[in-house]
Amino acid sequence: MKAITFKRHLVESCKSLKRNGWMSVAAFSAVTVTLLLVGVLLSIIMNVNKIASDIENDVQVRVLIDRGTSQTQQAALRKKLAGLDSVRSIKFSSKERELKNVVGSYGDEFKLFGGDDNPLNDVFVVKTKNPSQTVAVAKKARGMKDVYDAKYGGASAKKLFKVVGGIQKWGTGISLLLLFVAVFLISNTIKITILSRRNEISIMRLVGATNGFIRWPFILEGAWTGLFGAILPIIVVDIGYVWVHGILSASLASTDYSLLSPGVFLFQIDALMILIGIIIGAIGSGLSMRKFLKI
Amino acid sequence: MIEFKHVFKEYDNKVIAANDLNIVIDQGEFVYVVGPSGAGKSTFIKMMYREEVPTSGQIKINEFELEKIKNREVPFLRRELGVVFQDFKLLPKLTVFENVAYALQVIEKEPVEVKKRVEHVLSLVGLADKADVFPNELSGGEQQRIAIARAIANEPRILIADEPTGNLDPKTANDIMEIIERINKQGTTIVMATHNSSIVNERKHRVIEIDDGRVIRDQKKGGYKDESNNL
Repeated sequence: MKAITFKRHLVESCKSLKRNGWMSVAAFSAVTVTLLLVGVLLSIIMNVNKIASDIENDVQVRVLIDRGTSQTQQAALRKKLAGLDSVRSIKFSSKERELKNVVGSYGDEFKLFGGDDNPLNDVFVVKTKNPSQTVAVAKKARGMKDVYDAKYGGASAKKLFKVVGGIQKWGTGISLLLLFVAVFLISNTIKITILSRRNEISIMRLVGATNGFIRWPFILEGAWTGLFGAILPIIVVDIGYVWVHGILSASLASTDYSLLSPGVFLFQIDALMILIGIIIGAIGSGLSMRKFLKI
Repeated sequence: MIEFKHVFKEYDNKVIAANDLNIVIDQGEFVYVVGPSGAGKSTFIKMMYREEVPTSGQIKINEFELEKIKNREVPFLRRELGVVFQDFKLLPKLTVFENVAYALQVIEKEPVEVKKRVEHVLSLVGLADKADVFPNELSGGEQQRIAIARAIANEPRILIADEPTGNLDPKTANDIMEIIERINKQGTTIVMATHNSSIVNERKHRVIEIDDGRVIRDQKKGGYKDESNNL
């Protein structure tokens, strides 16, 4: 395509947006509503992914050591644990330290159990190479000498992964459905504007315009619709995310988990929304043209 | 050069609009296509620019063999033809200049060339001073002249006119015929479907009469009605 022709298509598409007034507004709204929902869903999905990977990295087996086990026995146990294939790291946490954690989480009342009254065990905190290996490692550890018990966040981790998986699956599904609906809405809206320009299209065809030449201004018009329709969702998602991030970050501060920080993440999601807007706009518009270009 | 060989056209509603049409029109000829309403004139015209596709038979327009060309080649066939209609088919939101320029922009002509060419064809139809006016500010005759200017803008070798004087008074119709004959004199083939007997009788050219989808008369310098029957 010649540059002069592309320029003409661009100018034509803008003129047509203006000429179609309310129909264009209707098409914008379809994109806006869709992108708003898709933007929110995407933010949720991406953060769920982030937390899921935080959790995955955090899955560990706590090997409780029998009380009264000597230093040498402990060292032997540590060696044994380290000998397991799937073990990545082992950290020792004394019962005093364990109590401190309990006091930190549940309150000063637990200070009563200090000193010789401490009912807790010394612990080896074992991290596996892969979260799914925790169950096997815990089982093996239980069978070892000087081990009182081996605990892992098994049940709750499993449940959590199930929830995360669900959110990812449903979120993606709903997003795709929304995009499909948006393409349909845009395609119908533009179809109405095309209907009113049927005469124009038939004259274009009569004077020998190729289908591509006729189609381009409409596709660009759809792309503009998508681009303009993305503005409001971007503003809402950006402001909303910064706000929610502020609130949730405060309550997540004491854990090992965190949300994606707004800077880069919002830039990515904004770019994604613009891209999706342009693509669904152009596809919707292109689809609605098909019927009118059959020769 | 236009060539129809054993062309049949049957519509979905079983109406047969072309029944073994065999017609040859040489380059530079002027041909009237006459016949009663529903005789198949419009189908004949529409098959030429492939708005309708024949059920069987062969049509050749210049070097295009219509039964062989693909859909994406149709625009290129149409660039060889200029088409004029009874209802002008101008775009109301574009000025006279833009309406004519449109036909050239579509085939991606350079803007300088477009301007030159549009000015030329507008002066040819005598409307150079109306370039910035919108179609609805013009009379019927003037609008038809714009439509003709658009049809000849890219110098087609064939001009097809479907009832070009149908909506015009006799004086204006005559003016239009003047222009069409002038175009013909420059070597353009003219195929004109018409009901206007006085034009056909006054400005004699080859007449092809169609009825029931068949050619019932093909006469050089003929009249609107078959005069040989009256003898």
